[in-house]
Amino acid sequence: MADFRFSEIDQQILDKVVEVGNSTQGFTRYYEDHEHETPPDRLEGERGFEEVFPLFGQRRPDDTPMMTFMMAVSIARGSARGVVRGLGLAMPMGRASGLGNAALQSAGTPEQKAKWGDLFLAMSITEPNVGSDTKAIQATAHLDGDEWVLNGDKIFVTDGVKCDGAIVWATIEKTAGRAGIKSFLVLKGTPGFDLVRQERKLGIRASDTAAYAFRDCRIPRDALLGGDETVPKEGGSAGYKGVMKTFNMTRPAVASGGVAKARGALEFAKEALAKEGVEVDWSRSFNQRSAVEQKLIEMEADTEAAALTVLHAAWLSDKRRPNNLESSVCKAKGGEVCRTIPQGAMEVLGGMSVSHDHLIEKYLRDGRITDIYEGTGQIQRLIIAREILGYSSEELT
Amino acid sequence: MIDFDLTEEQAMIRESLQGFAREALAPQARAVDEAGEVPDAVIRQGWEFGLIAAAIPEQYGGGGGERSCMTNAVVLEALGGGCASQGVAIMAPGQFVGALIDFGTQEQQAEHLPRFAGAEPAFASLALQEGQFGFSAGALRTTATRKGNGWVLDGEKRLVPLGDRAGHFLVLAREDDGAQAFIVPRDAPGVTVTPESGTMGLKPVSQAKVTLEAVELPGSARLGGDAGIDAGKLVNQARIGACAMAVGLSRQATDFAIPYAKERVAFGEPIAKKQSIAFMLADMHIECEAMRWMVWKAASLLEHGDPGAAKACVLAQDYVRRKSVKIADDALQIFGGHGFIRDLPLEMWLRNARTLTVLDGPVSV
Repeated sequence: MADFRFSEIDQQILDKVVEVGNSTQGFTRYYEDHEHETPPDRLEGERGFEEVFPLFGQRRPDDTPMMTFMMAVSIARGSARGVVRGLGLAMPMGRASGLGNAALQSAGTPEQKAKWGDLFLAMSITEPNVGSDTKAIQATAHLDGDEWVLNGDKIFVTDGVKCDGAIVWATIEKTAGRAGIKSFLVLKGTPGFDLVRQERKLGIRASDTAAYAFRDCRIPRDALLGGDETVPKEGGSAGYKGVMKTFNMTRPAVASGGVAKARGALEFAKEALAKEGVEVDWSRSFNQRSAVEQKLIEMEADTEAAALTVLHAAWLSDKRRPNNLESSVCKAKGGEVCRTIPQGAMEVLGGMSVSHDHLIEKYLRDGRITDIYEGTGQIQRLIIAREILGYSSEELT
Repeated sequence: MIDFDLTEEQAMIRESLQGFAREALAPQARAVDEAGEVPDAVIRQGWEFGLIAAAIPEQYGGGGGERSCMTNAVVLEALGGGCASQGVAIMAPGQFVGALIDFGTQEQQAEHLPRFAGAEPAFASLALQEGQFGFSAGALRTTATRKGNGWVLDGEKRLVPLGDRAGHFLVLAREDDGAQAFIVPRDAPGVTVTPESGTMGLKPVSQAKVTLEAVELPGSARLGGDAGIDAGKLVNQARIGACAMAVGLSRQATDFAIPYAKERVAFGEPIAKKQSIAFMLADMHIECEAMRWMVWKAASLLEHGDPGAAKACVLAQDYVRRKSVKIADDALQIFGGHGFIRDLPLEMWLRNARTLTVLDGPVSV
């Protein structure tokens, strides 16, 4: 039965997540200014997720399914004002929570999962000249004896500094396009694998972003994720599709990060305006509202709509139903509100919102990436358009 | 707990009504719109589904089913996906019936509900709208004043759906500082019903001006008796009802534009292969989804009497108000000049979307 209410315990968890997330507010600006400085494991007064975890034990099995609830948790967590650790997506589930781990889980062989499952793995796809059009990847891998030899440059590797290794995309046959692309697990410390630099960014500064260079980097033959060395003549290879499937799981999570920043900015604005005596009167009809009230209502409606598309995509995945289209829908919405809502929140707050005295400008900077990584809003629309029009990726480019 | 599934029953109703909308309502939508009148036959056909009777208690001859705002949202979305005007003509009496079930005293229910329990169409209308621009249900000009044990109603209600057919009106009037609802027989002295001049959208739905001049009513005319009603809830049910229809309409317009964009060739290829059109369609799809969840959430919270329901209704209405009109408008744009010509339904959908999202009503969840 359609229902949109959180159970009492779930609501308690969500509230607690925000409370805990707010506990390090006093340090947030410091780590913005010192962006490559890693905060200690525990800051003064920092409350940890050990306060939250026990509450999970009180959830009933017939409560909101797990993936769906974790998206709500992620939205709550990302909306908080404290120091963000990592990307701030979902809960820290141990170290093995990198994007590469998701790829390993969806495309790796059982042996590979057993061997590398405990490592913290980044995902390394993007190149200086290749972004969303992943089939144009230039990095190469060729088999030499019982080893693969990797060559190429990679950028924008999330967690690329902190990770133990990365899942690296490279082509084993350039002329084959998408079919030739395979993913390889490369461990830190492998000769020929260099960490070139750590990027300086507009936002999400707590998450490190690295550039890699591979120069005749030799890795074992079984480092090819999924183990399929063949290059199919037509259509995408199983390996490519396997890795693309990763994104059906990660797009809602990334979208939740955008919704989180929208919600955080909105809550900040509502709270700050309430102190100035400006509050939405929910009983007033459209033409009786002030411009600021209407703006706040629109922002809340947009944020809510985006949140519901995220929950829906995750819920489909909980129910083991296809969610490719819905993942793109929610990513497009998350990417939209991460931009429009913090921008709008600053607009209603006025001049002081730019000051480093306040955290509101951080929401704009942190949120902005959501419409870029894991497929820009434009790529999501392309995916959606192909799906609803019944066009292949060759027919609609 | 969060759940996006319909009940088995809701899924069944949805499927059969989508079929009805596709096969019976949609094909004649243009002809009905041009004629400016909804045929009795289709209202009869719609009533055969027993949509309004389903939630009437068995003791009054109804189906005895659950009174569910969520089910009504599903029903209205499905009908709105065929033809909003015909859907309104079938479901408008549900506003009266739903209010009686939610708020009516036993006597009021016993007196009125049996008329709506059969497969034979029966008519009664919610009279909400008034003539002033900037109308707000929170600031009604129609008044109800106590006189002895009874009431006197004065004022003018506008755009009352199916006012020409209604046997009774449920008139929302200001009583002291709040709004209350009064059951007014059409033939009560002082009641004058005249046709409206016509409306931009929902054109075939006959709408009436109901003038109330010192209309004297017995004490029993006040819906809910001494307890009265939660007028905010009543109005929100009407707002979300119209929104649910607008969601169906938006989906219909999107699904109509998709095949056309693939057929229509410009500069050597289908316009759907141009990103300006493809992205427009993608956005239409995205917002159809988002709007539906907003409306479902509002309807579901209303049904459960959740404290967050009123706010969810404001948010859903605001969202649907912006997005459904944009979708209908974009669908028209994709058809270019053809969208402007009255042979195709595009211009009709734009008129209907705008109408559904400025009126509070004419159907309720």
